[in-house]
Amino acid sequence: MAEMKVELCGVELDNPVIPASGTFGYGYEFAELYDINVLGTFSFKGTTKDPRFGNPTPRIAECSAGMINAVGLQNPGVEKVISEELPKLKKCFHKKVMANVSGFSVEDYAYTCERLDKCEEVGWLEVNVSCPNVHGGGMSFGTDPKAAAEVTRAVKKVTTKPVIVKLSPNVTDIVSIAKACEDAGADGVSLINTLLGMRIDLKTKKPVIANKMGGFSGAAIFPVAVRMVYQVAKAVSIPVVGMGGVSSAEDVIEMMLAGATAVEVGAANLVDPFICRDIIRDLPEVMKKYKINALKEIIGGCL
Amino acid sequence: MEQKIFTVTENIPLTETVMRMRLQGESKAKCGQFVNIKLDGLYLRRPISVCDHEGDILTIIYKVVGKGTEQMKKMQAGEKLDVLTELGNGYDLSRAGDKPLLIGGGVGVPPLYMLAKELIKAGKRVSVILGFNTAAEVFYEEEFKALGAAVTVATADGSRGVKGFVTDAMKGMDYSYFYTCGPEPMLKAVYSASETEGEMSFEERMGCGFGACMGCSCKTIYGNKRICKDGPVLRKEEILWQK
Repeated sequence: MAEMKVELCGVELDNPVIPASGTFGYGYEFAELYDINVLGTFSFKGTTKDPRFGNPTPRIAECSAGMINAVGLQNPGVEKVISEELPKLKKCFHKKVMANVSGFSVEDYAYTCERLDKCEEVGWLEVNVSCPNVHGGGMSFGTDPKAAAEVTRAVKKVTTKPVIVKLSPNVTDIVSIAKACEDAGADGVSLINTLLGMRIDLKTKKPVIANKMGGFSGAAIFPVAVRMVYQVAKAVSIPVVGMGGVSSAEDVIEMMLAGATAVEVGAANLVDPFICRDIIRDLPEVMKKYKINALKEIIGGCL
Repeated sequence: MEQKIFTVTENIPLTETVMRMRLQGESKAKCGQFVNIKLDGLYLRRPISVCDHEGDILTIIYKVVGKGTEQMKKMQAGEKLDVLTELGNGYDLSRAGDKPLLIGGGVGVPPLYMLAKELIKAGKRVSVILGFNTAAEVFYEEEFKALGAAVTVATADGSRGVKGFVTDAMKGMDYSYFYTCGPEPMLKAVYSASETEGEMSFEERMGCGFGACMGCSCKTIYGNKRICKDGPVLRKEEILWQK
């Protein structure tokens, strides 16, 4: 019998498959399609202190084997998430959820995390210091080890639940940032967020996306993600959540061999809304094929 | 929403750039809704409005404008397509009144076909304005007439029907409510020219097409809405023009 359970920062998951933030809303669009309780957990839509509309449209562009988004953290704000989204989610999801948080100042991050830390539905805080789509925030904290550490420390000070810092690939040395977060008390890191990208429309000779640039994700970025997960997992002793272009059970196993304790699935959900359910369904068969008895035994198997 | 495999039964040109594809398969698609089509080698699905749905045949009409639609154009009867269907809110037929006016521009015309059919079935006196740039681009005039609608064609260059825009054809018309679909400048013009309440179907670049990614959001007087899930049809009174 294939054993899919893994433990992420002290909390057991039935399987390592986690829909990534921004591709799964607050869960209930997908709950209409299948029982989302089959998931390990999921990371909900990036939440900020105040409500945000995000960037002007168009904010989506097609790419070879991927897509660019420049949504810019549209969300109803942390108070509405707590009063409206979480109660709705509770009706269709009975496991702990991963709360994804973004901010524009260290105080923002600490405030939003402190509010969500008190919610019983929340099992982990995923602190996004890597959103490429907002100015003066997000990624600017994730491209400097000192700033990333400062956010981590501030969040850890006011929370009790595991803090997983979500890292940007748009840096020269992701390992130094991961280590800075670990030293500042992070319980885990997740990577990679999207790669900064751009498309230009040949007809209009202008950028496709109103915000000009956006985050590139999808199957095309998988090898970059595997490489970075491998580098970080080699260097830190806290759990690494791997993501970036994951679209199959085979990809999940490859990510885990690179050092991921759990694996997030992002853009693929937007193309095939059933993909996470299908990956979980396919995993036992693929494990059998590669003679894997328990997924937790292969974490970092190639390090 | 449902994920279905459809079989292409017809894929023919209506004009130089506009194609009609008929798909066989089970669906509950309503008028004003759209389907999202997976195409080999392309990452994101392609959203196309539903033109008609009768029995197990779904009709879509699309303009060949880029890689995705170029690929669709080459498809032959018998080929299979992975489609997410029953997407979006669709038109609200209950608000039509006794003599609704349907206004379509270019590839905004197709979703009005099934709407006209259902309104006529419900005993309404339906008028339709079809707007195009030039006579060579006109399609579905006869199909709307065959349903029993009063059809006015408008062309920007005057090569067919009323010379001018759909708003020129609207002048002096008596209607109880309007439904429209077309390019955004046309929607704005109809918004200003219309004398009754009505609803408009919007287009936006979409990621998922089912409300998950927030790629196609817009602001309305009722707050942020997703064109794909809370739309594509918005009521006139809630629209806030952004661009």
